[in-house]
Amino acid sequence: MVPANPQSPVLNVQGLTKRFGSFTAVDGVTFQVMPGQVVGYLGPNGSGKTTTIRMLCGLLRPTAGTAQVMGLDVVQHPEGVKRKIGYMSQKFALYDDLTVRENLEFYAGVYDLTVQEERQRLPEILAMAGLETRTESTAADLSGGWRQRLALGCALVHRPPLLFLDEPTSGVDPVARREFWDLIYKLAAGGTTIFVTTHYMDEAEHCGRVGFMHSGHLLDFDTPRALKAKHLQGAAWSLNVTPLLDAIELLVTLPGVAQARLHGDRVQIIITPGAWTPDGLRARLVEGGLRINGIDAVEPTLEDVFTLLAHRG
Amino acid sequence: MDNILLETHDLVKTFGATRAVDGLNLQVGAGEMVGLVGPDGAGKTTAMRLLCGALKPTSGRVRVAGYDLPQMVEKAREHIGYLAQAFSLYGDLTVAENLEFFGEVFDIPDKELRARSQELLRFAGLERFADRPAIALSGGMQKKLGLATALVHRPKVLLLDEPTGGVDPVAREEFWHLLIGLLRGGSAVLVSTPYMDEAMRFNRVFFMNKGRALTDGTPRGLIGLLDGHVLELAAEPQMQARAIAGADPDVEDVNAFGDRLHLRVRDAAGPMSRLPGKLAEANISLIHLKLVTPSLEDVFMQLLETSQHGASQPAIARS
Repeated sequence: MVPANPQSPVLNVQGLTKRFGSFTAVDGVTFQVMPGQVVGYLGPNGSGKTTTIRMLCGLLRPTAGTAQVMGLDVVQHPEGVKRKIGYMSQKFALYDDLTVRENLEFYAGVYDLTVQEERQRLPEILAMAGLETRTESTAADLSGGWRQRLALGCALVHRPPLLFLDEPTSGVDPVARREFWDLIYKLAAGGTTIFVTTHYMDEAEHCGRVGFMHSGHLLDFDTPRALKAKHLQGAAWSLNVTPLLDAIELLVTLPGVAQARLHGDRVQIIITPGAWTPDGLRARLVEGGLRINGIDAVEPTLEDVFTLLAHRG
Repeated sequence: MDNILLETHDLVKTFGATRAVDGLNLQVGAGEMVGLVGPDGAGKTTAMRLLCGALKPTSGRVRVAGYDLPQMVEKAREHIGYLAQAFSLYGDLTVAENLEFFGEVFDIPDKELRARSQELLRFAGLERFADRPAIALSGGMQKKLGLATALVHRPKVLLLDEPTGGVDPVAREEFWHLLIGLLRGGSAVLVSTPYMDEAMRFNRVFFMNKGRALTDGTPRGLIGLLDGHVLELAAEPQMQARAIAGADPDVEDVNAFGDRLHLRVRDAAGPMSRLPGKLAEANISLIHLKLVTPSLEDVFMQLLETSQHGASQPAIARS
């Protein structure tokens, strides 16, 4: 599964652009993904995420720019590209009345595995997904966590070096989610490259690198730690303030406050870096009739980065 | 707590042999937003349906806005706004027509309804879209319209079943902000969510699993329940670092977050002093090892471990 040359990118995207009439859905997107990386691709609905992925899968022709998957150009070799990728989402089509084994056999057929390849591959998949004791259960009888593993197994039947995951773990319990991510990290350590699109920070935080799309632009692409440091150094504050709800209503009207949200018995805010000092903000809140008992700097989350970048546009 | 609008006492609902809700005790006061947080199958949706009177309890009590269910369900419903997970809007009706339709369901007189619709369109930020068919709205706008339709009759109690599913973070932020306005008006809001990261947003949280509340409290109070600490370890190569950290006697759980590992430990001093040496011996470069604030997920995981020893999920070999 490890590509011949570990130094060459699995995804090489240069100035990728897609226009629909006068609307530019994806505008000059450039990034590279190296083998074994786990990449998160985030952005609001309509930001161009899905259009980007369709182009990367060879399903949609770019207006300008280039994209290569394992060195294959997506426009010149769309069929070759499709064989290099696997795809899985919560809505992945499993056949409920087929057993675990039959579902895997079905996808082996879809991907044209020979009988011999299939005989070798299925036990590997069953072992990887921990499904050996469930081969004769129908998909309908599997719980959420098991279904998800089966869907992952089906997406990997043809040993794709690049795996697309679309909100893969939304709604499953934290134990199953963690076991799923442990599997993903093992695949990545074995050289499979993982590309995750999600709205959920529970999932995004698991990615080694994260890209943010907004209005067709890739605003940034970096490790979670670097993103937080770059955009939100000292910009996430927890306020011990009363009355809590009045404070939120005042804070959202202040310039330089990108976000104010209820956070248990506190208010958590994101400021445009440098827009306020704690003393300045304290004075403004007191002036608004609020009581301030403390302002603490806190660790920002990826969701905070997302909100700030979306706020700036 | 004064002015309790929503209350259950030893609430139980069984379906055959399944105890979908298994002894739930819940109180939500005016101006309070409470979260039911837990995975699919934890009993959140069944609890919501019992609270809005769509299901009858097997045993236990439910009281909404001062009315006992199921005896006074008609009176109670006048005060309940319920947004189901798969709520229905009329796709071919416009935004304004949907609001009118739900107003008629609640027998609101025409004149009052027109004023109320305007108010709700403003509230939900949907004025510009009043004449758009509901089917042509984005997911986030549909959720806002759904919320608006649940508010037509000015309910004091709002029951929202996984309202943010499929909604992007920007639209989600706007949705949460709408709820702040309702809380200021004195509503009691109960929200269910499977997302641990959303649990921080509630005044109080009930951690649900298998029909039961494992525990409840303010988010910060729950984090304080963690027996132990969480260390963040960044080291390369990570898989080897993970194996070494996982073998430390004080490390109870390892969770990977991209380039970082979170180690749940009973005692922090031991691993802090041992791990750097062990990693160096194995030629693993240590980037950092530090104490971090535990997350609600860390607490939830620990509660699950202590509440159920026979795990329902398969144990995958962890290297």
